[in-house]
Amino acid sequence: MILRKHHRILVQGITGKQGTFWTQAMIDYGATVIGGVNPKKAGTEHLGVPVHGSARDAADQFDVALMFIPPMAAKAAAIDACEAGAKLIVCLTEHIPAHDVMEMHAAARASATRIVGPNTAGLVTPGETFAGIMPAFNETVFRPGTVGVISRSGSLGTLVSLNLTQEGMGQSAFYGVGGDPMIGTTTRQALQFLDEDPKTEAVIICGEIGGSAEEEAAEYAKTMKKPVAAFIAGRASPPGKKMGHAGAIVSGGKGDYASKRRALERAGVAVADIPSQLPGFIRESVPA
Amino acid sequence: MNFEEWAAKPLLTEHGIAVPGSRIAHTSLEAEEAADIIGPCVVKAQVPTGKRGKAGGIKLAATSQEARSHAQAILGMEIGGYPVEKVLVEAQSPFEKEFYAAVLNDSASKAPMVLFSTSGGMDVEEAAEQDPDAMRRIAVDITKGLSLAEAKAALEGLGLGEAETAIAATLVRLYAAYRALDAELLEINPLVVTAAGDVIALDCKFTLDDAAVPRQADIAANGAPERMTALEREAAAAGLKYIELGGSVGVLANGAGLTMTTMDAITHYGGAPSNFLEIGGEAYTKAETALSILLKNPNIKSLLVNFCGAFARTDVMAAGVAEAWKALKPDIPVFFTIHGTGEEDAVALVKRELGLECFDLMDDAVRAAVDAAKGRTA
Repeated sequence: MILRKHHRILVQGITGKQGTFWTQAMIDYGATVIGGVNPKKAGTEHLGVPVHGSARDAADQFDVALMFIPPMAAKAAAIDACEAGAKLIVCLTEHIPAHDVMEMHAAARASATRIVGPNTAGLVTPGETFAGIMPAFNETVFRPGTVGVISRSGSLGTLVSLNLTQEGMGQSAFYGVGGDPMIGTTTRQALQFLDEDPKTEAVIICGEIGGSAEEEAAEYAKTMKKPVAAFIAGRASPPGKKMGHAGAIVSGGKGDYASKRRALERAGVAVADIPSQLPGFIRESVPA
Repeated sequence: MNFEEWAAKPLLTEHGIAVPGSRIAHTSLEAEEAADIIGPCVVKAQVPTGKRGKAGGIKLAATSQEARSHAQAILGMEIGGYPVEKVLVEAQSPFEKEFYAAVLNDSASKAPMVLFSTSGGMDVEEAAEQDPDAMRRIAVDITKGLSLAEAKAALEGLGLGEAETAIAATLVRLYAAYRALDAELLEINPLVVTAAGDVIALDCKFTLDDAAVPRQADIAANGAPERMTALEREAAAAGLKYIELGGSVGVLANGAGLTMTTMDAITHYGGAPSNFLEIGGEAYTKAETALSILLKNPNIKSLLVNFCGAFARTDVMAAGVAEAWKALKPDIPVFFTIHGTGEEDAVALVKRELGLECFDLMDDAVRAAVDAAKGRTA
């Protein structure tokens, strides 16, 4: 799914410092924030919306749960959101123990909830709404347009969106899939959502070394009519080291740059050496 | 976090899986003393890496004199880049059959996966390729766990005979250990069955999920320290992810993706990055500490500061860098490119505090930093 203005957002951890900063930014941008969660402040109001004791207390009032929750509390919060019937959970939290992440995914399967993340920077639909920690409101970075951007990294996604805007192109949607090894919505699935989105004319994949997300996305890209371009970060990274993201590691020859690039190029995806080449690739491939 | 065999095996014992009796030795004399008590033994190098046998780090000893001479040869060896500082002196365990067993986080199914193969002892990937039918995979529902009946069903048809039930019970215990330990990987290779029908773990590999270390502090205390340079260790202690590389262009960026991209761009424009150092996520207030560590690298000839703030506020990061720059007064040129959250304030601050203009385009900043490192003017 693409995040739309009509999606009602519940912010778990709304009263914290970051929860407050970003929820206010989301409300100012036009996002439909219907409330927040903090068990200790249930019944109060924060940023003009009600604070609930749990997501279950707000069941049926929201579609999307946005998690500003520390790692060790993330599992309980995600399960709460699933049990409350969330359609979508946007999990920003990094460093959640992997066993907890697997329990979150199991809960989401049982309640047919989609999880984006963990360790995502969120979703942006420029000019409409956003959920997460992306500078949606910065007009030098995000402008409404027709290019969908998928990224494992918030900072690289910001750079690529900026590059598009600098070249006079905007974004139909930014899809942060997250930097963890076990994420709910994969690059391939995000690619499919953008393929099915009528406002998206072309897609950019910002990948990273590690895992097989780009190889799997390449399989789907083969079937697409919309042009796809990609940049994969980590070409200059040494093998065997976790490059900041838990999922960004080349180990035992798996997840390396060359195999990702090969898979994408074989699928007809234009792969850039540096992000600044991407707007040109898109301009050449989309009929004016 | 990886665990050496000596640290991993007691964890199996705690979960009801038998291992041979053993003692740790740091010197050949200690190895001899251990063998006096244990009898015929195996002397095994303790390093957090595989292929110890192939490297000559595992030797059988019939007598304590033999154990001593093997220990002497093995201590001081280097295996997979790790110096051998201790050996495990372990009782020999004659066996009839050897197997492979493991539990790991399977990223494709986002669930735990139990693996069992009748090709024990060898590299599991080789074994899986050679004889795919011998490898059984059990996808476990993490909300329910692994039952003995499920384990037995998965082992059917492997010809395990009377040992089948005992092996299935071992898999159930292994899964319980994996869960209790927050393991990323818990592997027994080989798992053997003796003539008496006992199931024994002859080796154990354990990787603890780094993210679970805060709640597994007691266990983590026995983990093998990561190989790090002094600066990497200093950065880790400050909660920063810093990786030293060979080049001359320093990198300070926020976010893993942007930091890797900055390194890639430096390489693309003919330079070489001196490091990976990111101050994204929760680390965005640590710019000052980050910079002071980065500047201690003697190879650094120029510095590239690349911020694309999402969560990380560029104004906060830029203020930290400016503060540190004025305090440390480094003798190298610095090039900034800043966009995203807090951009206007950050750009103004760099101009005001350091008298520098930020580059609008990352590519221009990268080229300038590469040229400066090469001693040319941009």
